[in-house]
Amino acid sequence: MAIEILMPALSPTMEEGTLAKWLVKEGDTVSAGDILAEIETDKATMEFEAVDEGVIGKILVAAGTEGVKVNTPIATLLAEGESADAAPAPAAAPAAAAPAPVAAAPKAAEAAPVAVQSKASPDWAEGTEMKKQTVREALRDAMAEEMRRDGTVFLMGEEVGEYQGAYKISQGLLDEFGPKRVIDTPITEHGFAGIATGAAFGGLKPIVEFMTFNFAMQAIDHIINSAAKTLYMSGGQMGAPMVFRGPNGAAARVAAQHSQDYAAWYAQIPGLKVVMPYSASDYKGLMKTAIRDPNPVIFLENEILYGKTFEVPVLDNFTIPFGKARIWREGTDVTIVSFGIGMTYALEAADKLAAEGISAEVIDLRTLRPIDYDTVIASVMKTNRCVTVEEGWPVGSIGNHLSATIMERAFDYLDAPVINCTGKDVPMPYAANLEKLALVTTDEVVAAVKKVTYR
Amino acid sequence: MATKKPQAQSNVSAEELKGYYRDMLLIRRFEEKAGQLYGMGLIGGFCHLYIGQEAVVVGLEAATKEGDKRITSYRDHGHMLACGMDPGGVMAELTGRIGGLSKGKGGSMHMFSKEKHFYGGHGIVGAQVPLGAGLAFADKYLGNDNVSFAYFGDGAANQGQVYETFNMAALWKLPVIFVIENNQYAMGTAQRRSTSTPDLWTRGAAFGIPGEAVDGMDVLAVKAASEKAVAHCRAGEGPYILEVKTYRYRGHSMSDPAKYRTREEVQKMREERDCIEQVRDLLLSGKHATEEDLKSIDKEIKEIVNKAADFAKESPEPSVEELWTDIYA
Repeated sequence: MAIEILMPALSPTMEEGTLAKWLVKEGDTVSAGDILAEIETDKATMEFEAVDEGVIGKILVAAGTEGVKVNTPIATLLAEGESADAAPAPAAAPAAAAPAPVAAAPKAAEAAPVAVQSKASPDWAEGTEMKKQTVREALRDAMAEEMRRDGTVFLMGEEVGEYQGAYKISQGLLDEFGPKRVIDTPITEHGFAGIATGAAFGGLKPIVEFMTFNFAMQAIDHIINSAAKTLYMSGGQMGAPMVFRGPNGAAARVAAQHSQDYAAWYAQIPGLKVVMPYSASDYKGLMKTAIRDPNPVIFLENEILYGKTFEVPVLDNFTIPFGKARIWREGTDVTIVSFGIGMTYALEAADKLAAEGISAEVIDLRTLRPIDYDTVIASVMKTNRCVTVEEGWPVGSIGNHLSATIMERAFDYLDAPVINCTGKDVPMPYAANLEKLALVTTDEVVAAVKKVTYR
Repeated sequence: MATKKPQAQSNVSAEELKGYYRDMLLIRRFEEKAGQLYGMGLIGGFCHLYIGQEAVVVGLEAATKEGDKRITSYRDHGHMLACGMDPGGVMAELTGRIGGLSKGKGGSMHMFSKEKHFYGGHGIVGAQVPLGAGLAFADKYLGNDNVSFAYFGDGAANQGQVYETFNMAALWKLPVIFVIENNQYAMGTAQRRSTSTPDLWTRGAAFGIPGEAVDGMDVLAVKAASEKAVAHCRAGEGPYILEVKTYRYRGHSMSDPAKYRTREEVQKMREERDCIEQVRDLLLSGKHATEEDLKSIDKEIKEIVNKAADFAKESPEPSVEELWTDIYA
């Protein structure tokens, strides 16, 4: 019986990819280890090898097909003597017969950011030309634009140069700016964070990429003791104008040491500014602001969001100020406050709630230091109820802090206690089912809203 | 004018030698005064005195030019005075007053001067090493020929980040001089009890960084080594390590009773190796200065230190508003 060759998952977060090129054709004999095809993920182009020997029967997905879902059959492999017309083994893939794009869902539908977006963003004028861009592209553009603008801005980190970025954020930057300004470091976070901070003292504007913020724990002494505190300790004489950036929080199935949200940790430190955007336009506008800011800025990105597409304004000099929340959706019954990937759950929950007749106002904080308290308080005074959503742990969370602030400033407006939806108070498990349980979910947000609205 | 000591460099003039005497004496008298003010309760917290190690910074500074940068640990008063920062500003920082170099907000361990290119004043052992390499990184990036001095102790020499920095400094040929001030005790732990190999200057070998040991009680030997290291860095040859063997006479900080060494050990060092006495002997025996000349220097220093102490006592505490300034630029 013919064996189906399935579209492989080539990274922890890959759900689909492009079948860039076939390196075999129908009728070719292959051995285990032979390269069958080149597959493009959002991060890289990977070679895909045969695991069995046999003859290539039918090629089911043509070269150049985009959006091929993981586990879609892409070819059949025949055993000796089998005919190419032999039926593929399982019946799992009904559409697999045609050599046309198979499982490729229409790109636009896949990319559709959110169901409802509030009236025009205050960040750009109505009627501004918009383009679709992924978070990944928006980040790269922001850095490239600022590097063109200011010769003292440089990027330093592991694999940012020749490898083009472990998550492909710095793609193309080495070609444009050269190795003087796009610097590959050894795997020594403590050391290079210190060197970058010293370079900032010395008049440069470093962007330090941590491959993930988990590894920044090696460098946290320099982030806090050296970068954040020097302006104060020097009586205002010198500080560290720089950006520490990289993916933060859980990716997918990478377990405890690689899945941690540091939002609340860094938000606690005076002297730091902390940014944790959700949409591509915010990634772009806030990154440009971060690079220009004369203080150390922690820029918390998210690996799952890197590949998401949003509308980004086409503007020459697009920046977004820190400390301004964005109201993504207006509502009257409850205020849902979130930031970063938490917005995914907040917005999904708002959709579900709308279907049940509950009108949720959804606020994206965007920056966690400074925090736009006023927007949150004004909303809570209108809706009288609040639910916060974040992926981080519950103790000492951003939600805890917001709850206290709301209690202090809007106690008489509250019709129910504020509920904090957070990640569970456990290290991140590896098992797929447990990982889902450890993260905050849309259903939990919906349940919390129902609780505060007494439905 | 040549001095008579064999290790002395022939390019040292009598005036320069007198200058080193003066600079070292300023540090010593300043530190003694700081110790006194600490005893009176005018200085609080941690206060790490530099007494005994004066030849290290004075010798190293002798080879610098405008634009060169320096950064060190919390035992930083001597470095600041040696690079020309105002003694009154340093002392007023020790007393936590608005006239201090950090407006009273940094204290003994945290002072800075943009004007004198002094980048602190760091309280976490070893942290100043990558920071110092970063200063050198900036100069190399900007394309000038400045050199950075990253001072650290024998204790910090065991920190992991030092070796991360050695690697990158060598890889990127950064113009940084790693000055290991080996005063033989990491707080209370003697070097032989904390360190697997005695010669710290050899630790750059694994990274291809040249280095040498220097007699840190001999200011002329330090100066000569500094000139060599500076020339190496300015020529674009990358980093250099100087292990300067020195000795601190006082405890690690004011609250350290220093029970980990004998009184005799300290006394022997003071009597036989003292850096200021050595230069004093050189000046007198070579007839480069008279007793009267030196007395007048002593008097001048005493006045500077007293004036600094008076300023540090009279300068008001920072205003309450200062609590909330300088957090963000």
